[in-house]
Amino acid sequence: MRKIFFVILSAVFLVFSPGAAFSQTLSSSDLIDNAGLYDGKLVTFSGEAIGDIMKRGDFAWVNVSDGKNSLGVWMSASLAKEIDFAGSYKTRGDKIEIVGVFHRACPEHGGDLDIHACSLRKIVSGGAVPEKTDFKKIKLSIILSGVLFLIWILTLFKRK
Amino acid sequence: MILKPQLEDVKIIGFYLGKIIMGLALAMVVPIFISLCCWEINPALDFLVGIEISVMLGLILVCVCRTDKDLNWMQGMIVVSLSWVAAMLLGAIPMYLSGHWKSFLDACFDAMSGFATTGLVLVQDLEHISYTHNFWRHWIMFLGGQGIVVIALSFFVRGFSGAFKMYVGEAREEKILPNVINTSRFIWLVSIVYLVLGTLALGVTGILIGMKPFNSLFHGVCIFMTAFDTGGFSPQSQSILYYHSFAYETITVILMVFGALNFKLHYHLWAGNRKELVRNIETRTLFVSIVAIFSLVAVGLFQTGVYPKAIVLFRKGFYQLISGHSGTGFQTIYAPQFSADWNPLALAGMILAMSLGGAVCSTTGAIKMLRIGIIFKAFKEDLKRIIMPERAIVIEKFHHIRDVFLEDKLVRGALLITVAYIILYGFGALVGMSCGYPFLGALFESTSAAANVGLSCGITGTGMPAALKITYILQMWVGRLEFMSVFTILGFIFARIKGK
Repeated sequence: MRKIFFVILSAVFLVFSPGAAFSQTLSSSDLIDNAGLYDGKLVTFSGEAIGDIMKRGDFAWVNVSDGKNSLGVWMSASLAKEIDFAGSYKTRGDKIEIVGVFHRACPEHGGDLDIHACSLRKIVSGGAVPEKTDFKKIKLSIILSGVLFLIWILTLFKRK
Repeated sequence: MILKPQLEDVKIIGFYLGKIIMGLALAMVVPIFISLCCWEINPALDFLVGIEISVMLGLILVCVCRTDKDLNWMQGMIVVSLSWVAAMLLGAIPMYLSGHWKSFLDACFDAMSGFATTGLVLVQDLEHISYTHNFWRHWIMFLGGQGIVVIALSFFVRGFSGAFKMYVGEAREEKILPNVINTSRFIWLVSIVYLVLGTLALGVTGILIGMKPFNSLFHGVCIFMTAFDTGGFSPQSQSILYYHSFAYETITVILMVFGALNFKLHYHLWAGNRKELVRNIETRTLFVSIVAIFSLVAVGLFQTGVYPKAIVLFRKGFYQLISGHSGTGFQTIYAPQFSADWNPLALAGMILAMSLGGAVCSTTGAIKMLRIGIIFKAFKEDLKRIIMPERAIVIEKFHHIRDVFLEDKLVRGALLITVAYIILYGFGALVGMSCGYPFLGALFESTSAAANVGLSCGITGTGMPAALKITYILQMWVGRLEFMSVFTILGFIFARIKGK
């Protein structure tokens, strides 16, 4: 029920307040620095899904990073299902575009600055990022091991 | 006549500094264990390099400066202050090698911020950092909160009288148990018991709010370490806002308050003396201060009209206030929102809260509640003297574990440290303003750095001038050690030049 109401509300917002929508993609800095200006407006925000996709009943929290900041996006669980990868050390998260209602201090979520997503579009699929061993670091650690061994021998001599 | 320090002094300082550096190298083994669990090869190599350099330096110092002499006060203080500089420089090595810090200065900034339990960050792309490096960020905060020297005392140093000098040098004047090493071990016992309970609470909450089990456990450990040690680092760049959870916020508030309490008070609470919580001057002052300052913040936030509901205003205002007052630095708002959405009154309240801090012998920085309580009592005593007949004898007492008579020596000590902190806050604000930042923002960030809080209104970033980064590093260092150890270094240098 809550989900249907949410979708209808978003649709009404889209149809009847076209002037209030910002079709141009906004950066996280734009949104945070001018939160008052965009409060309650329909905005477009894109970035990489990061961390955990946190399901909460029929909805989910997805944190989306545009490289400068990460913003919390509240979306239906069905939208969240479209995200296959969330960014971490060994994973590049899906790059997604969110159209949703921006809140400077969301009354539903304890005053959090967030976006309630109406739609989600995957721009670039993420994937696993295999770790390439850095051989320079291996060389450095071997050299340092040698020097350390030498110092240790010298300290033994000094003790005697 | 000022006595010129001798080579023997330098040798004793070098020897104990070397031992503490070896201890630091041992601390770097823990992230290697994490890297093996998560199979992160490059991060493991970063820490291997860090360990090798630390052991090398430690070995050289211990070998060249070998001595069996005990520390005197001056040497103890210098060992402590230099240990923190060494910890910053060596702790920054694996961080810098990870490539997540733009320069070695930035890595040093975050290392000092970690060890000093501040929480200001310059790390880049935190969302893609390895578990190993992320753990290290939180681990150094835990070690720093306990006190680097406290750790050395607990595990690496056998009983010797110089132990107490180093313990005091790390801004912990109070002994919980008669023996300083047992005191250090008790601090560890308290922390480990809370570590287990706190991690469980946060881990289970993490799973319930939809995090993956491994992540929820990892975040639980990390957030516990930085909440209880009032540090403020978090595994993700959004700080506590990442979790979007009231339960998570509530648990962290409890942990922050626990961290802000005196370890001596924890000891008495554990011993069943619950009345101490109500009678102690520090907890009373903390309670009054939180209520009074929250009133200021709430009025300020109400005036802005940013938060539409009273409950929302309370949740945001109270969280940032407890975070600031306890010296933690967790945020549930974005840094620029302080400047953009909060008005000067609310910001002034936050600056005041940050400048006061928590209890002495806790993991918080800043002026601290005992000193504020003592100064307030001194004012009360003076007022009584004015009001009462001249012949009347006015005696003021306060309760801090036991009843203590208010002596001039105590008041003088409390006022001196308070004035020193105010000068330190002002100094950072002046440097900030000279770098082009507005007064309130510069004072906010400076107080946050010097009081080891970590809240930011947006000034701290990789783009800020190097001079300001260095200023904040100095403030974090001086603020964490509460001046004396750092001033002793200056005295040592002065004596070396002018002494006979």
